[in-house]
Amino acid sequence: MALFQISEPGESPEPHTRRLAVGIDLGTTNSLVATIRNAVPECLPDSDGRAMLPSAVQYAEDGEIVVGGAALKHRGDDALNTITSVKRFMGRSVADLRDESAARYQFTTPSGDGKGQLKITTRQGAISPIEVSSEILKALKRRAEETLGGELYGAVITVPAYFDDAQRQATKDAAQLAGLNVLRLLNEPTAAAVAYGLDQKAEGTFLIYDLGGGTFDVSILRLTRGVFEVLATAGDTHLGGDDFDAVLAKYAFDTWALTRALSPAGQANLSAAARAAKETLSTETSATIKVNWGCGFDSSVDVSREKFVELSQPLVDKTLSAVKRTLRDAKLKANEIDGVVLVGGATRMPHVRAALESIFGKAPLATMNPDEVVALGAAIQADQLAGNKTGDGDSHLLLDVIPLSLGMETMGGLVEKIVPRNSTIPVAKAQEFTTFKDGQTAMALHVLQGERELASDCRSLARFELRGIPPMVAGAARIRVTFQVDADGLLSVAALETTSGVRAEVTVKPSYGLGDGEIASMLQSAYASASTDMQARALAEARVDATALVQAVTQALAEDRALLNDNEAAALTSQIAFLKQLAEGSDHRAIVRATEDLNRASTDFAGRRMDKAVKKALAGKTLDQIV
Amino acid sequence: MPVTLTQAAANHVEKYIAKRGKGIGIRLGVKTTGCSGLAYKLEYADDSLPEDIVSESFGMKVIVDPKSFAVLDGTELDFQKEGLNEGFKFNNPREKARCGCGESFTV
Repeated sequence: MALFQISEPGESPEPHTRRLAVGIDLGTTNSLVATIRNAVPECLPDSDGRAMLPSAVQYAEDGEIVVGGAALKHRGDDALNTITSVKRFMGRSVADLRDESAARYQFTTPSGDGKGQLKITTRQGAISPIEVSSEILKALKRRAEETLGGELYGAVITVPAYFDDAQRQATKDAAQLAGLNVLRLLNEPTAAAVAYGLDQKAEGTFLIYDLGGGTFDVSILRLTRGVFEVLATAGDTHLGGDDFDAVLAKYAFDTWALTRALSPAGQANLSAAARAAKETLSTETSATIKVNWGCGFDSSVDVSREKFVELSQPLVDKTLSAVKRTLRDAKLKANEIDGVVLVGGATRMPHVRAALESIFGKAPLATMNPDEVVALGAAIQADQLAGNKTGDGDSHLLLDVIPLSLGMETMGGLVEKIVPRNSTIPVAKAQEFTTFKDGQTAMALHVLQGERELASDCRSLARFELRGIPPMVAGAARIRVTFQVDADGLLSVAALETTSGVRAEVTVKPSYGLGDGEIASMLQSAYASASTDMQARALAEARVDATALVQAVTQALAEDRALLNDNEAAALTSQIAFLKQLAEGSDHRAIVRATEDLNRASTDFAGRRMDKAVKKALAGKTLDQIV
Repeated sequence: MPVTLTQAAANHVEKYIAKRGKGIGIRLGVKTTGCSGLAYKLEYADDSLPEDIVSESFGMKVIVDPKSFAVLDGTELDFQKEGLNEGFKFNNPREKARCGCGESFTV
């Protein structure tokens, strides 16, 4: 017997047509699944009524794979086989990992050079972060299907705004492995803005403050005509609610003047008590940290809210400096922000809200559950993408933008940007390239991501080759390179030689990812080094032109030395040597000047060669054969 | 016989209207469609028309258009949980047969 849900007026679905679609917040610490029920977005709880699923997976001794709270319990006694915070490892290589949290596990790399995507060694073998994430997704999918009474049509999964292609692709792979049809990957801050209905406004600039269990992210979004653009992001991958617990735990430890280090169980007890006290302090003005050590021995200490604020102020200040940094990066003043959205359970702390209010002069948006808001926004988007909105809602499809420009390496190690940063996706752009040398039959294409002018300063995404170009003089081949970015921000590049129809393509599944916050720092370095970059570009361009001319004149000399007298030939040879020498240096103006000189000096020679070629072509032909 | 809500159904309607932020009650109806001929409609009501048949159960307004009332006469709307799944259930004395999934029916 079917159970019915309430619809919006006039939007009752036809029988058997409603598609079950969910939004999933795949978090570092906790994950959630949400859907539209009775026309309202809701997070789906498990049978114990808990919406949050701890993002923990244990590869147990009996071959079972345990997910969620049950796995988290083994974090202490089976640390090597209990994977937490796997999101930090998605799309990463061992070489990418710099932080100490990685030291908890043993990693292997299939390729052995530390550059391929890492795997975590467990008693059940080497497991990739994609597989670990897929276990979390499977658990959420099972919960959703049991709750909704049917098979899922698809899911929208959220990712941090700073996730690069490798990390997004890894997330998509994890979903596929879990048997989920990914309708779209959505940026977390964008999802939070959608949950608050900010996408229904005409335009505005919003700051999303996301203080989760173990990570902190702040993003500034600009909405124009239904498109959310990420203006700036910053954060701290190791700052979250857990650090506030630790501050209280340390206070208790010091107050009790405990003389020896705690056992892991004692530490866990103390952390839990500190956490409970922190949560109480969000609504009460004082709380008690109370730990029962067992054997009838216990300790307790009272903490006032003032004391907690004082103890944790350094942590709050850290988040505020990141907020100010994003404002600076986005070139905005605090009063230009139209709304501040709170995400993450730790934003319930009143002094965090008060601090934001004092910066922005208005209370942050906090009417929704900050733990759930990202999943709820994803659910709204999933419902629209599944086609369940029959009203005017379906015309309003949210668009995202690419965070960094995509381009190709050209001669001289320069980058030609094909898809500029902040282009809305999906997008396809094409540009024509040509060959550099006579008779060139292959072309190496190097796909890059970043804002810098030199290829070596950008991130390499892929390399591939177009072979089988028919031999032609330099510059005659027409090679059309098309960049296509799908709605999930994933890139495919195709190259087509238009006269012969030879083609080659590559889908970018990069072998390793960018460091956390590296996108932000790449952007900053691009701005900071704009002028040196332009000089480097000018130099590289001058070198390319010089090399091409040297090559052409040298070849002409080899073929038609006879057209010149000894003086002329010697002059050209010495000019070539001079230009070659200059091109090794870094004075781009001198190179340009010498290139022009050589060009002028060889004009006459070129003219004689032309005459000779014409004579040769005309020799033995009558006038009417030519005309 | 009026169309009624059970206490559980009324509680959930009230809760969802509060979450949605607007609505004067709930509208029940049928439309001719589906594999067995008729399908139930369950929607939020933002207004009622003069010809509508309006009743009240446990403080919630229940609105039915006259054409649907011929089929829904005597129906009780319940709210049930089946494992993790939960939702509204039509108990309609006039219903003779349903399609396998229960989404459409005949009278």
